[in-house]
Order: sequence, then C-alpha cells, then structure tokens
Amino acid sequence: MHLAYPAVLSVLLFCTGLYGVLARRNAILVLMSVELMLNAVNLNLVAFDVWLRDTLHAGQALTLFTITVAAAEIGIGLAIVLLVYRNRGSSDIDRLRDLAEQAGEADPADRDAQQPDTKAEATA
Amino acid sequence: MTLAAASHGFLSPTGVEIAFLLVGIVTLGAAVVTVTTKQLVHSALWLVVALGGIAVEYLLLTAEFIAWVQVLIYVGSVVVLLLFGLMLTKAPIGRSPDADSGNRWAALVVAAGSAAALVWVVVDAFRATWIDLDGPVQGSTQESGRSLFQYWVLPFEALSVLLLAALVGAIVLSRKHGAAAAERGAVAPSTPTGPAAHAPGEDR
Repeated sequence: MHLAYPAVLSVLLFCTGLYGVLARRNAILVLMSVELMLNAVNLNLVAFDVWLRDTLHAGQALTLFTITVAAAEIGIGLAIVLLVYRNRGSSDIDRLRDLAEQAGEADPADRDAQQPDTKAEATA
Repeated sequence: MTLAAASHGFLSPTGVEIAFLLVGIVTLGAAVVTVTTKQLVHSALWLVVALGGIAVEYLLLTAEFIAWVQVLIYVGSVVVLLLFGLMLTKAPIGRSPDADSGNRWAALVVAAGSAAALVWVVVDAFRATWIDLDGPVQGSTQESGRSLFQYWVLPFEALSVLLLAALVGAIVLSRKHGAAAAERGAVAPSTPTGPAAHAPGEDR
C-alpha cells in the first residue's frame, strides 16, 4: 500500500478536528473534535509502525498509550464540563470568560457582543 | 525511486488500497458531518461512524489488536461518555442554531490552510514509499502483547498509575461539589461562594 493513503487521510482527519475545536461552541463538541485529532495521530503512528517494521513496535505501543491517555482525558474533561455546567448553567465556551483580560470594567453584555476576536483576548 | 515505482506500479492501486480509500472517504465524511452538524446528538452518533472507520483502517493496516482496542474503548465507552455528557448538560435534541461560534470562518480558513500545507508536504515527502503488507502480520495480539510486555513494561505500569490518578481526579471533581452543597445547605442556604469548600477545578 502506498504510504500516502494513510498519511493523507490522517492529515485530513486532523484538520477536520482542528476546525471543530476552533469553530464549535459547546464544550462537549470541542472534546469530540479533540478525539478526532488524537485518532488522526493514532492512524499515523500505526501506518508508520507497519511501514518501518519496527521490532520494538514503538508505534503500536504508543498508539495504545495514546488511546489510554485519551480515555483519561475525556473522563477528566467531561467531569470539568459537568462541574462548569452545574455552576454556570451553560457549557458554551464563548460565555466562560472569567479568565479573559478585561480592559477596564466593561459590562459583560458589551464584551459578549464582540465575539469574533475573543480568541486573541483569551490567549493574552 | 524509479525502481520502487516500477516494482509497485505507479497509479495502479491494489485491492487493499481501494478498500482503504473507500473506507477513508466514509470516515472523512463522517468526521466532517461530526464537526458541522447542528444537531448535537447526531454529532456524537456520526463520531461513532468515524471512529469505526478508523478501526477498519487499522484492520487494513494489519494492526488487528489496536483495531479491537479502538472498537472497545472509543466506540464502546468514549462515545457513551460523550452522550451522557450531552444529556447531563441538557443539550437540545433538535437543531440548535448556535452550535457554531462566531469565528467559524476564521476556523475554516485555518483548517483549510493547514490541510493544504500538510497534504502538500506529506505527499511530496512520501511520494515513492510503499508499505509492505505481505509477510508476517505486524499487529496481531501475540506480537503486540510480546512487544508491550518485553520492551514497554515500565511505561505500561506508569500508564496504569496515570489512569488511577485520572479516576481519582474525576471522582473528586464530581463529588466535591455535592459535599460542598450539602455543607452549604446545612450552614447557610444559597451562598454561592463558600471559599473553603471549592474544588480546584472551579472558577476561583
């Protein structure tokens, strides 16, 4: 099999997950997109392991480890999302802006109005 | 490079490649529907199709143990967890018009740009590389188990400690709030900020 098939498929899956992480508003859908990205990485690991015929099977062992870490991540992530939902009554990522840097004390409605550039503020 | 291309036949796909391509198209389509659909529960169900398609791709790459692990863990438990999460956060059943945030066009540009760049780089790098799927199976349960318990024992055990820590962390995260609420209900009802009883994952 040509190596480009699994490599290109995993690239496209990764970019699909990237779009989901950036574009989705619900926190659980963002977690789903993260799962897609991790699965793309797993597919790459398996394909390169089979290609290299590694005697240690590093790719497959790492894939199993990635699957386990992803399971742990989804458990903790869902616990955090449920906790946030219980405290706030919402799991929309756009509205969880307590850690955002506030220029002055603008009122929350004003800050929510300017949504397209929230990412840049949130990382500041 | 020319020898490799000549021996494998350029642009004459084998049966495995055709199967991989078809399953890959289904997987990619399911993934795209997962990240674009407006119905949140349908999104989780399409994720089952995408993850199952990846399991079939593992089988086509002769990594059968990982394929079954994928089916067990992802399709079996992670999607169920996600569905429970959607239900517990009262996700709307029908179409929700605000499923996508305001920056979806920026996200589309970023995703398309990175996809174009990565596809270009990957295709250019592995133009003349073939996976040899004949011969002994690479990822049978016997092979995986032998390599895992001969060479990867220490990471395996460290991973079990990590899983235990994640389990304890998830229990603490979901349980602390109940204890704090009970305390608050006993001492002073409806005081939202009891500083002593807050979990570390909370806002302050």
